[in-house]
Amino acid sequence: MNTMAETRTYDLRLYVAGQTEKSLAALVNLKRICETHLAGQYRIEVIDLTKTPQLAAGDQIFALPTLVRRLPEPIKKIIGDLSNEERVLVGLDVQAVKR
Amino acid sequence: MKKNMHPAVTPALRKSPTGIIGLDEITGGGLPTGRPTLVCGSAGCGKTMLAMEFIVRGAVESGEPGVFMMFEENEAELTANVRSLGFDLDRLVKQKMIALDHVHIERSEIEETGEYDLEGLFIRLGYAIDAIGAKRVVLDTVEALFAGLPNHAILRAELRRLFRWLKNRGMTAIITGERGEGNAITRYGLEEYVADCVITLDHRVTEQISTRRLRVLKYRGSAHGTNEYPFLIGERGFSVLPITSLRLDHAAPAGRLSTGIARLDEMLDGQGVFGGSSVLVSGAPGTGKSSIGAKFADAACRRGERTLLFAYEESSAQILRNMRSIGIDLAPWVKKGLLQIHASRPALSGLEQHLVAMHDMVQAFRPAVVVVDPISNLTLERSEAEVMPTLMRLIDFLKQQQITSLFTSLTTGGTGTSAPEDSEVGVSSLMDTWLLLRNVEFNGERNRLIYVMKSRGMAHSNQVREFVLSDAGIDLVDVYLGADRVLTGTARVAQAAHERAAAELRREDHERKLRLLAAKRKAIEAQIAALNAEGEAEAAEVQFAIAQESLQETTTQQDSAAMAQLRGGSKAGNGRTKGKR
Repeated sequence: MNTMAETRTYDLRLYVAGQTEKSLAALVNLKRICETHLAGQYRIEVIDLTKTPQLAAGDQIFALPTLVRRLPEPIKKIIGDLSNEERVLVGLDVQAVKR
Repeated sequence: MKKNMHPAVTPALRKSPTGIIGLDEITGGGLPTGRPTLVCGSAGCGKTMLAMEFIVRGAVESGEPGVFMMFEENEAELTANVRSLGFDLDRLVKQKMIALDHVHIERSEIEETGEYDLEGLFIRLGYAIDAIGAKRVVLDTVEALFAGLPNHAILRAELRRLFRWLKNRGMTAIITGERGEGNAITRYGLEEYVADCVITLDHRVTEQISTRRLRVLKYRGSAHGTNEYPFLIGERGFSVLPITSLRLDHAAPAGRLSTGIARLDEMLDGQGVFGGSSVLVSGAPGTGKSSIGAKFADAACRRGERTLLFAYEESSAQILRNMRSIGIDLAPWVKKGLLQIHASRPALSGLEQHLVAMHDMVQAFRPAVVVVDPISNLTLERSEAEVMPTLMRLIDFLKQQQITSLFTSLTTGGTGTSAPEDSEVGVSSLMDTWLLLRNVEFNGERNRLIYVMKSRGMAHSNQVREFVLSDAGIDLVDVYLGADRVLTGTARVAQAAHERAAAELRREDHERKLRLLAAKRKAIEAQIAALNAEGEAEAAEVQFAIAQESLQETTTQQDSAAMAQLRGGSKAGNGRTKGKR
């Protein structure tokens, strides 16, 4: 699992609506979790739907914030501020790295 | 007309017409403008269809763009489903009159962690609304969210916010919801949040026949019909019967229509029935109800009026053939497009469905005359309490449209002791004119009698007529009233022959008497002539005698004078005279 091909396999999109408390919390939580467990293997794109509302339908977004794992397939969605690390890892289907 | 309908409406409460036949009448103009309306019912009861029509008709008829947000079907499925009703969603979407958005919630893809809200839904909805300048919104059905999201506390709070948000944006909205268990209006209690207007739909099956019903449960700030109204999803979409049940204010035209049977018109005050009135023709099997119906239709077509004939016993081909046998040829009218015959089995659907279908066809064809043959088949297996209001609605509707209607009805009572008219008491009160046909069995044959049981607003005949069907058509004949019963059929013919013979005899007798009189008169005249002749002869005799005598006298005088002269002109002529003697 540590070959070069595995690098940046996690294509993640975080949908938020403006700079709300929940949005900011979700982004902070996401970055922390990725750095901890997916260091060097992820890419995060933050989409603010208040600026680009037309993008909401494409990924079937209705709740915010929503984290979408676009790759690897299948698509997974985690809604909420990502405050529960364990559930985020389950949702992303990622093995926790033991520190 | 619409203004009188909802006097209880405050001027502030505006309504947005749904364009759905019947629903706007029940609600007094439509759904509350700028507010959400909850439409709930069990699966397959027509919620989506109602909501869709609200959006499509809003766009097409009211010029109000609408957003249809669906949680169950996707765009392609919905477009295909409504295409059969003649709604071209693709075109409306291209014209930016309608925006469709399918919110797909896949429970297995979703993990929940921490705080969230449904802002994404608001953004999507807001985006769609802004894109087309929507005035109407449908959420069908928002309850899918409950299945997709485990945290119902958040969901409820967000739904409350959503409905308030819709109100603030001035959206006239329909939110659909599943009917709940027991008495609950909706499974998740949506009625708590959407309290302005609640409409329930219902789909029931009784006696293996399904009936859809609609009810306006609540309409804040407005009067509304509170009954259950049957509705149908037909070829022209959603229709709710009845249109006019809230009122009894149809116009009463004074014009009269011929029934097509001259003698029957005569019985009806000499002019036939009132235009826009309803006529019931009831009778036992084979009394000629259908024939009267067909003649009525024929007469209307002859006047150039459109006629709609609903047949629930015979196919249209069979009707054309059978009616030709009694001299009524309907085929040319069908070809001309003046007459439409709709034949179907009464068991095809419930009474309400039939009536809604009839309603739709009447709306489409706009006839002046409607004939239903027979109405009793529609009411089979149904209690009168159920049938009456529905029929009343149909009749009211026809009257409202000033359509003259004729219903035939099969009576169940026999020709025996129970009066056949008893079985019609309920329906007949809805009718303006009631003709009763009855079989009389006498003298080894059955004959038909026709009575005018009632005819509102005219001095109709109280006489019984015999109703005769022949290849020359329909005719009514005076019956002979015998000592204890009326005479019909051959008895009537025999009686007529008898009377004819008697009249002939009498006529001959009179002639003979006249001849005798003439002869006698001639004899007397001859006698008078003879007497006259005799008198004349006598008179001539008398004159002759007189003439003779006067001649003698003259001669004597002359002789005397001559003698005197001969004797010398002396006056003493006595001697000579004496001597001559």
